[in-house]
Amino acid sequence: MKRRSYFLMFTALLGFIFLYVPMISLVIYSFNKSKLVGVWGGWSLKWYGELFQNEQIIDAALLSFNIAFITSCLAVILGTMAGFALTRMGRFKGKMLLSGWITAPLVMPEVITGLSLLLLFVTMESLFGWPAERGTLTIIIAHTTFCMAYVAVIVQSRLADMDESLEEAAMDLGAKPSSLFFLVTLPLIAPAIISGWLLSFTLSLDDLVIASFVSGPGNSTLPMVIFSKVRLGVTPEVNALATLMILIVAVGVVVAMLQMRRKQKNDETEA
Amino acid sequence: MSKLPGLARVGEVLANRKLPALVMKVNWGRQMVISIPFLWLAIFFFIPFVVVLKISFSEAAIAIPPFSDLFEWDPDGAYATFKLNLGNFLFLLEDTFYLDAYLSSVKIAAIATALTLIVGFPMAYLIARAEPNRRLFLLALVILPFWTSFLLRVYAWMALLKRGGPINDILIAFGFIDEPIRMLQTDFAVYIGIVYTYLPFMILPLYSVIEKLDGSLLEAAEDLGCRPIQSFFLVTVPMVMPGIIAGCLLVFIPAVGEYVIPSLLGGSDTLMIGRVLWDEFSINRDWPMASAVAIVMLVVLVLPIMFVRNRIGNKGEV
Repeated sequence: MKRRSYFLMFTALLGFIFLYVPMISLVIYSFNKSKLVGVWGGWSLKWYGELFQNEQIIDAALLSFNIAFITSCLAVILGTMAGFALTRMGRFKGKMLLSGWITAPLVMPEVITGLSLLLLFVTMESLFGWPAERGTLTIIIAHTTFCMAYVAVIVQSRLADMDESLEEAAMDLGAKPSSLFFLVTLPLIAPAIISGWLLSFTLSLDDLVIASFVSGPGNSTLPMVIFSKVRLGVTPEVNALATLMILIVAVGVVVAMLQMRRKQKNDETEA
Repeated sequence: MSKLPGLARVGEVLANRKLPALVMKVNWGRQMVISIPFLWLAIFFFIPFVVVLKISFSEAAIAIPPFSDLFEWDPDGAYATFKLNLGNFLFLLEDTFYLDAYLSSVKIAAIATALTLIVGFPMAYLIARAEPNRRLFLLALVILPFWTSFLLRVYAWMALLKRGGPINDILIAFGFIDEPIRMLQTDFAVYIGIVYTYLPFMILPLYSVIEKLDGSLLEAAEDLGCRPIQSFFLVTVPMVMPGIIAGCLLVFIPAVGEYVIPSLLGGSDTLMIGRVLWDEFSINRDWPMASAVAIVMLVVLVLPIMFVRNRIGNKGEV
């Protein structure tokens, strides 16, 4: 038994090394003075300076944050509605269809989603003249459609696991459906909604394929700019950008973890 | 006494099925909560596929948008011609390039999924068997890369696998090879890319199943004379099967339609259907052909996956 667990530890350790070597290498190379990867030219912050002077990257980053913010708010609203309808509203016409449609975007290859939405926008434009041009709006619509699916699944599973007795009590005490939702259900599913929002934000910020299909000329999101740079080879500015992103995410994860640990401790002391 | 006929009438109405429609007000709130997401998905998820289907039957044209209309109105006559072009689908069957691309996508995704399982299983096992207060930390270590940009994680491997990159340098320094070997722009690099980017999708479902695994069963197997290897395959594996299936689906599904990984890490001979569709669309600007590829991909790859997923879902897992 002992020997096997050493073997297990060793293979798992290799796995963690595999997971972190590329990220660490990105961070190290971002401080490399030399433009060539593999040639160490000494420590330098020059790529960070160039990154912040690169207007193309800055503009694209701002556009991406903008899109991700609006997308995740819309996705949370629509996804929560769908998740709520599927778990708390009993039977209604089209329930099967709704539950099929809401999970389908999760298994749809990005290229198909992107192509189909582009063709829809093109057809709508020639029929109704709307959307007049492809850009921020069409990207937001496309992202919302697949992000709301993730939110709906998260909210749905939270609602399904949740004890209905609190909601029943509120109903017995005469709460109207709207106040029941906003005063009782919503606070209870808040953690699911927050994680759905964060997930939508990252998914939207990260998407290259769908955005490339539905965006018009002159509306390049951050992944589109990175992709066009990276395609031509290794670019040190992108290393600097990656390092900043890793830093932000790492801080976020550490904060979330400390929060969870504190909560765990509180629960233990209460019990 | 005079109330009796009235009560009887109420009873009659109550027995009548139409009662809710007659008495209940239309519940606007409920209607809205159901119909808003429903309409959104109908317009932006369902109808697009109808449009794709329609355009897959049209012909490419040099126009904006670059395809012909199925209906053509005769300007002076009162008749319309309806032209259904099956050429795209026939071409898909004729040219083995597309069939090869479908098969090679499935092959690459399947091998990569198996590799992800091999890498992910020990990690998930270790995390699930770690002390509870360490588990959170280890899980965070697995999830952290997932929150950073997917594109940048793929890009990191471009630098590592390059001809003059660190992996080649290390292999040369240790004397495994004499001169740099080509790793970037090969299928090997694509496998690494897929395993690397989708590893968390494998580990998380495995972890949640292994965590619930009852250790006493393994002890019992050992007491009954099972060697560790035997008890692993005879006890552990069957019990964590739902997690294995869930993890494999979560990796296989996105991997099969992958575009970014084969185009950044793969060579020009790495055929994957997502890439073929993209090139057909953006380089050849043949939108009807791209639509036909998408329709076939949907019917041949996506629908079976959805079917399998639903079958498993109905058994209460995933």
